[in-house]
Amino acid sequence: MNKFEYLVPQTLDEAVSMYDAHGDQAAYIAGGTDIVVKMKEYKISPGYIISLKHVLPRSEPQRDRETGELTLAASVTHRMIENSALIKNEYPILHDAIGNIGSVQIRNVATIGGNLVNAVPSADGVIPLIALDAGVNIYGAKGKRSLALVHFFTGPGQNVLEKGEILVDIVIPPQLPHTGSAYHKFGRRKAMELPMLGVGVLLSLEERTRRCARARVCLGVAAPTPFRALGAERFLVGKKIDDAVLQEAGTIAAEESQVRDSIRGVAWYRREMVAVLVRRMGQKCLERIKTTSEKA
Amino acid sequence: MFNEIEFTCNGNLTRVKIEPHWTLLHLLREGLGFTGTKEGCGSGECGACTVIVDGLAVNACIYLAVEADGKDITTVEGLADADGTLHPLQQSFVDNGGIQCGFCTPGMLMSAKALLDDTPAPDETQIKEALAGNICRCTGYVQIFDSVKAATGESREDIRVVAWKDNDERR
Repeated sequence: MNKFEYLVPQTLDEAVSMYDAHGDQAAYIAGGTDIVVKMKEYKISPGYIISLKHVLPRSEPQRDRETGELTLAASVTHRMIENSALIKNEYPILHDAIGNIGSVQIRNVATIGGNLVNAVPSADGVIPLIALDAGVNIYGAKGKRSLALVHFFTGPGQNVLEKGEILVDIVIPPQLPHTGSAYHKFGRRKAMELPMLGVGVLLSLEERTRRCARARVCLGVAAPTPFRALGAERFLVGKKIDDAVLQEAGTIAAEESQVRDSIRGVAWYRREMVAVLVRRMGQKCLERIKTTSEKA
Repeated sequence: MFNEIEFTCNGNLTRVKIEPHWTLLHLLREGLGFTGTKEGCGSGECGACTVIVDGLAVNACIYLAVEADGKDITTVEGLADADGTLHPLQQSFVDNGGIQCGFCTPGMLMSAKALLDDTPAPDETQIKEALAGNICRCTGYVQIFDSVKAATGESREDIRVVAWKDNDERR
C-alpha cells in the first residue's frame, strides 16, 4: 500500500471541502473493506484518505413513527442490519441478502453505503433495497439531492455520484399491507462467495381480492447494473398469483436479463436460473404473506 | 507523516506512533510483536488475521491501524492466563484435534471467542456461520466445529480474557 495522509473531518461540509481541496488525490473511507483491498493491490493509490466516521452517524436502522419510513444511515454496518429485529421481521428480503454477504468479520466493518457506492454488479445489498423502492440522499458541494436507488447505478462500478459527493442515507418508504418479499443469492458455495445471480421478489396483495397490487422483480448479476424486470412486474400486477403465473413471470424476467458468460457462470445457465429463482422467490413471498397474516 | 493512536491491546493501554497506511495487522505483528495473528490472503478472504475490536471479530489485514484509535483490541495472545494456562477455547482445540498445521488457529480462536462472548450457547449453525470467514486448508472443519462446541459447555465466567500485564516477565 502506498503512503497517504489520513484526514478526519467532523462535518459533511468539512469532508466535502477536504475532497475538493485534494481533487483526484482524495478518496473517502467508511468501513474500508473494499478500498483498503484496492489500495493494497495498487489498483488505486490516493494521497489523501478522508474518513467519514465522524461525519455519518452510525445509528441503528430506525423507522419514523409518523411517516413509516425506514432510514438506514450509509455508515450502518451489514452486521447491524443483520442483527436488527425490525429488519428481520418486517423487511425480510433485506435480512435474506445481508446475512450472506462476506463473513462475520467483513459484515462487522463493511457499511451498506459502501456496498452501494462500490456499485459492483454482484452487490447483494442493492437488490432488496431496489425491491423495497429505496431512495438515497446524497450530499455534495452543490448541496443535497435525492434519487431513487434504481437510478443510482450507471454501469459496472459506476454510479451517479459526482466528485466529492457523499451517500448520506438510504430511505425505504412504508410498505403496503399484505406484502411479502424474499431474496436468494445463488452461488456455488454459501460463504465468502460473490453471487452468480441475485434474485429479489416483492409482492403486495390486495386485501379483498388477493390479487397482486404491486410487484417488484429485481435482478443482480443479470445485467451490467442491478435492474428491475419491468415486463415481469407488469405481468404480475392485477393477477391472482399462483405457480403458473410465477412460472410465466420467471420466463419473462429471464428474457429481460442481459446475462453473460463469466468465471462464475455461463449465460444460458444464468438465464434458466433467473426463471427458476423468480418463481421460487415469488412462492416464498406468498408464504411470508400467509405467515404474517396468521400472526396478525 | 506519523499519527499517534492510543488503544487497549490485550488489556494494556498502548500508545504508539503509526503511519496511516499501516494495517492493524502490520501494527500488531511488526510494531508490537504480536505475531500470533497471521497474514494469510491479505485481502479479507481467509480470516487468519482475525482479531477482536470492541467485541467484534474483524480482519486485521484490511483494517487500518489508524482506525484502532480508542478501541479495545484482543489478539490470540490475550487468551491464555499469564501463567500459561490455556483459555478454555484453546484447551478445547487441543483436546478435540482442532489444530493441524496451526496457521488458521489464531483466527479460528478469535472468531470463536467473539461468538461465545456474544452467544454463550450457540447451535451448530451459529458456529458454522461465525467461522464461515475462516479458511482451514488442512480441512479440519469438523474437529474445529467440535472444539468450539465442546468449549460452550464451560461456564461464562471461565471464558474470559486475562491479558499479559505490562510487568509480565515474559514480555
